[in-house]
Amino acid sequence: MTNKIQWEFPQALEDEAIYILRETAAQFERPAILFSGGKDSITIVRLAQKAFYPGKVPFPLLHVDTGHNFPETIQFRDWLVESLGLDLRVRYVQDSINQGKVQEETGKYASRNALQTVTLLDAIEELKFDACIGGARRDEEKARAKERIFSVRDEFGQWNAKMQRPELFDMLNGKIGMGENVRVFPISNWTELDVWNYIRREKLEIPSIYFSHERDIIERDGMYWPHSPFLNTTEEETPFRQKVRFRTVGDMTCTAAVISEADKLEDIISEILEAKISERGARIDDKRSEAAMEKRKQAGYF
Amino acid sequence: MEVLRITTSGSVDDGKSTLIGRLLYDTNSIPQDKMEALHAASKRKGLDFTDLSLLTDGLVAEREQGITIDVAHIYFSTPTRKYIIADTPGHIEYTRNMVTGASNAQVSLILIDARKGIVEQTYRHFFIACLLRIPYLVVCVNKMDLVEYSEARFNQIVEDFQQLIAKAPFKAPSIKYIPISSIYGENLATRSEKISWYSEESLLEYLEQITFDHADSSHPARFKVQSVIRPKTDAYHDFRGFAGKVVSGHFNVGDEIISLPSLQKSRIKTIEQFETKLTTAEARQSVVITLEDEIDTSRGSMLSRPENAPSLLKEIDAQVCWMDQTRLVPGKTYLLQHGVNRVKAKVQQIQHVIDVTSNTILEDKKELGLNDIGKITLKTAQPIFADSYDANPANGAFILIDEMSNSTVAVGFVA
Repeated sequence: MTNKIQWEFPQALEDEAIYILRETAAQFERPAILFSGGKDSITIVRLAQKAFYPGKVPFPLLHVDTGHNFPETIQFRDWLVESLGLDLRVRYVQDSINQGKVQEETGKYASRNALQTVTLLDAIEELKFDACIGGARRDEEKARAKERIFSVRDEFGQWNAKMQRPELFDMLNGKIGMGENVRVFPISNWTELDVWNYIRREKLEIPSIYFSHERDIIERDGMYWPHSPFLNTTEEETPFRQKVRFRTVGDMTCTAAVISEADKLEDIISEILEAKISERGARIDDKRSEAAMEKRKQAGYF
Repeated sequence: MEVLRITTSGSVDDGKSTLIGRLLYDTNSIPQDKMEALHAASKRKGLDFTDLSLLTDGLVAEREQGITIDVAHIYFSTPTRKYIIADTPGHIEYTRNMVTGASNAQVSLILIDARKGIVEQTYRHFFIACLLRIPYLVVCVNKMDLVEYSEARFNQIVEDFQQLIAKAPFKAPSIKYIPISSIYGENLATRSEKISWYSEESLLEYLEQITFDHADSSHPARFKVQSVIRPKTDAYHDFRGFAGKVVSGHFNVGDEIISLPSLQKSRIKTIEQFETKLTTAEARQSVVITLEDEIDTSRGSMLSRPENAPSLLKEIDAQVCWMDQTRLVPGKTYLLQHGVNRVKAKVQQIQHVIDVTSNTILEDKKELGLNDIGKITLKTAQPIFADSYDANPANGAFILIDEMSNSTVAVGFVA
């Protein structure tokens, strides 16, 4: 097969996502967008803008701030909210730590990735959100490949893979009982390439860390980790300057960089087409075990 | 770029996962790190080759038992189009998953083990493909390598399958037979040299040339209204747009329309897609429609053309596939969801149950439980605006929701 570059975005995917967002607005009382500042949640915001135009986006954004974000992501988030006139709510993992609900991990692999689930579930309860829209995609990981568009969670946010509601044709059933809530995944059927082609077609702004830039990194386990005050390093791990970019935006403690000169969207897309590593392969949090994502989903993660 | 949705079904061990893995491999869809993980996983299992089937089994329980429990979605693309595969388990316990996976598919891919020929599950797969009116059916006779690529064996299976079609309960789809060996990639992405007696397309070549007409003028124009957009801002003070999806056919600016259930008529003033004004919208498009007149239309309403509007149904005969552990209770009130419209519905009668494997109607069986398919009569509190599934599939299906558990308990096809 050829490896010819496919630049064209499949329009059917946008139509489907807009349909799902309109169903979410209609079927729930207090839906919200889970916003991470990454390309997938930026795509969701764009879709929401288009779905209700010329009306306003009918959802607030919820950002669970781990305190370990890339500063560029936070700057971008605030810029986006300001320029589109969105309603942003932020809840902090640090608060959950201070309340004694979760404990900071220790050791050189310490991250706040698992901790954010608790902050998220508390925020859902506090703000009474009955539906949370996320940018997760089925192509990312094999547990996500089995996820529904409307994924019903119990009051502990748990995903029960064996008890999922069948979803037939385009009919979405968002009926839930007291305490339950739903995670909504409008771009379930998009691939990483689809997202990039969409960002390119829609001329969307994205955080600068997606593009090639100079940064202090360390090498660990064959991956490049961004050096930051949040990363526990050993004495042998000395930071060095390198031109890198990030393929996904997670915490600074669990997102690996790739060495890259790509500073335009076109270059990024070409890179993905030739990529030797899968997208979540750059997520250190997924490497903990083969079933890492499935376990986190059962615990109430996206 | 077009999207083609495929559903696959197969029995345990008939090589379905290997076929999918091989398609991904041959279209360069497996990143290197995933490939390395496959090498390692294959080695751990004591295999001396890379088992591509390991790519698609997802959940821990599935990996432990070596089976597929749920619908998994797999993606790959070629320069021609994007493909979405809904990979479903073939066992009788998972009929509901097969129906779910098939509900959005344009192509159903059935695998037959060349050594075993048609087995019980083949009947079920074929029945479901017919019930859902999937337009294209591809029968892959797999493991040809284990029957020495025998043409006679292939022809025998084709002949057996044709007898199945003769007894098809519904209009059979267009059918293509392909002899393959998924483990060696014969006739998958490229034509096989080993199967020289077969000179037609390989599986991927066949899929690549399938075409669709979404504007399909043979189907009536239907638009389901999801919400009314009224910004009430200075710039859009009087704006009143109907956000929704074209279910079938197409609409043009200037068309006369009738709104159901109010039966009021108007004309289409604009068709909008964000900041763009369109002149026409066709099936599957999500748009906003504004009308010349203020008529009674809201969420759940349907716009159509006056000359071929759907009838308002309150008594409905339908084929249903039951999908819940709790059996259907005759006389119980369920919620019926047709498109985005929900009404209360009472099951009047179970007419019969169909034994899918033997394709016989069991007139005396009056019970519908998990994975059963049968025909029922429903009565709804308010009318729905459905077409018969046979005439217009996109507007002919509904689901039933149990108001106690909120579960989706059945899918129905209006007779």
